[in-house]
Amino acid sequence: MRRFIERHTFWAIMILIVAGIFLWMIFAVWPDWLISAIGRKKTFVNTFLNGLTLAGLYFLVASGFTLVFGLMRNVNLAHGSMYLLGAYIGYEAAEASGNWFVGLGAAFIAIAFAGILLQVLVFRRMEGDDLRQTLVTIGVSIVAADLMLAIWSGTTYQFAPPEWLFGAAELPIISTIRSSGKEVFLKYPIYRLAVLAVAIAVGIALWLFLNRTRIGMMIRAGVNDRDMLAATGVNVQVVFAMVFAIGAGLAGFAGVIGGTALSIAPGEDIRYLLASLVVVIVGGMGSVPGAAIGALLIGLAEQFGLAYFPTYGVVLTFLIMVVVLAVRPQGIMGSS
Amino acid sequence: MANISLIAGKGVLPNIHPAAAITVLFLLFYPAFASDFFVFQIGAYSLVLGTIALSLVMLAGYGGMVSLSQLTVAGLAGYLMAILGHNSVGVMGLGWPWWLTALTAIFAASVFSALIGAISVRTEGIYTIMITLAIAVAFFYFVRQNYVIFNGFTGYAGVVPPTLFGIYWRDPTPFYYLSLAVAAFFFFMVVYGARSTFGLSLQAIRDNPRRMRAIGYDVTLHRIFAYFLSGLIAGTAGVLMVWFNGRISPGSVGVDVVIDILVIAVVGGMRHPIGPFVGALAFVLLENFAIDLIDRERFNTVIGTAFLLVVLFSPDGLLGLWARIRERLRLRKHPQSDGSGVH
Repeated sequence: MRRFIERHTFWAIMILIVAGIFLWMIFAVWPDWLISAIGRKKTFVNTFLNGLTLAGLYFLVASGFTLVFGLMRNVNLAHGSMYLLGAYIGYEAAEASGNWFVGLGAAFIAIAFAGILLQVLVFRRMEGDDLRQTLVTIGVSIVAADLMLAIWSGTTYQFAPPEWLFGAAELPIISTIRSSGKEVFLKYPIYRLAVLAVAIAVGIALWLFLNRTRIGMMIRAGVNDRDMLAATGVNVQVVFAMVFAIGAGLAGFAGVIGGTALSIAPGEDIRYLLASLVVVIVGGMGSVPGAAIGALLIGLAEQFGLAYFPTYGVVLTFLIMVVVLAVRPQGIMGSS
Repeated sequence: MANISLIAGKGVLPNIHPAAAITVLFLLFYPAFASDFFVFQIGAYSLVLGTIALSLVMLAGYGGMVSLSQLTVAGLAGYLMAILGHNSVGVMGLGWPWWLTALTAIFAASVFSALIGAISVRTEGIYTIMITLAIAVAFFYFVRQNYVIFNGFTGYAGVVPPTLFGIYWRDPTPFYYLSLAVAAFFFFMVVYGARSTFGLSLQAIRDNPRRMRAIGYDVTLHRIFAYFLSGLIAGTAGVLMVWFNGRISPGSVGVDVVIDILVIAVVGGMRHPIGPFVGALAFVLLENFAIDLIDRERFNTVIGTAFLLVVLFSPDGLLGLWARIRERLRLRKHPQSDGSGVH
């Protein structure tokens, strides 16, 4: 952090200014000229919060993707299918048991297992052949999407989260002040705030796991130099399978979380694949903090695009990607 | 190898393989004996798809850049045909003459392709796939949500080729010959281009970019120009595609179709420009006749499984499979010739 400020003082100041403006816009009561310029404050803050929760969801999906790439240089283009499959399996488990958390756990375990299968059956057989591995995952995602359509049809499914996650919370943010002088506070769905909290918790847990445990140390060593790690007597294949399980499991986990916040339907796999791709391209391949930054940028850009220039929303996401690639081809946190 | 020719002396067409000659004759006289369905839905459609896949094979085979946005480039050309020319939807349709529309569409598609190249060539290998896939998906979402220019979810219909020289070019036989001419032109351009100075340096860059940079070649510029050329191919095929379908919508540039082009190129084989046409024929035949064997709904499972099998067992596609079978047959015929010349 301090080194970043010393090396890129200009950018640090810019980031601080932008963050300051955002904070002011969220907590201050908007003057009239601002309202006439960009509309009501409620829209703005809601869009901002939607962007944050979407970023949380994107982070959950993309962190697994980037983790797998960082260690194994595998681009798993079936990651979106794992998200969707996780959502469906979680739905079935939750329906059968009547408990939403059972669905969450089932999705994580089932997809982690699917990830291990993919690693053992496919990736291990063609190590070092990046292009072929990627093509195989494309093939897997085509077949998986079609089979999921066959099993669960084109219907949209909706989860029923536990009661206490329903409803809306009143936030300590003033939306407007009525003419009577009464302050109107902003309301926001509790579940979406929970998504954000889960994403932050998973992020912290991942950081602790990677930086504070022995296995995490092995994984980081593997990212830097796979051959040396193997030479020190670590069974690299086991580490690989484990990372793949965690990465895939996170996608399945995100499937239930995201499926509850939005809904489950065919086509979501492509949407989250695109999100993971753009997030890791922007954030930097193989970097978990990069995935967090990328998810934040893309999530906010998508929601603000949707709210303020609806028919050109995607262009904003795309522009962020182009600008990052032009300035830093390896991504914001990527190492060249 | 002994040169076997029918007429001794200087041949005007040296060393044409009999199989190639038969293929050319077959393609030329195909409409004479095939039904309209086979001419249009199988023949012309394979040629159009094959041409789009050819643009990918040119980039991937000679340039080492697997771009998944070739269909997006073709789709942009198709959309421009509807936007600048005529359509029956009542949105846009500026009514330009057909030749101006087609030229603008193809050129714009090439420039778009060059831009995609400029974005993605700074990174290599796997990143290229990811970036071009992201561009393709973003384009799909963009045309779906943009109603002002691209008419959103519905897209455009009623985009037809002109009536020229008294021939309506969407009739099966004329359209077949039109696509055959375009496909053959680009096929020979790629074959010829691969031996040109540019083609050779592109292949050298594929094999060792660092060395080429060291001898003073502008690697980035070569790659971007390759993208531009592939955009010409894909854009022209895109014009044919929209004439073939008569309509274009976000579904025509969706991810599944983008992947189909990759499937065609990989299944056919990326070693030789004939590969994509073989792949396209296999794909179209499968698409039309696999439904007789299994449920129509499960076509993607069939095509995905076929793709997986090819990638897993014959990485160089049907062409590679054919080469290996031929090799084995030859070995069986002349068992003593195996390696005898090497010692």
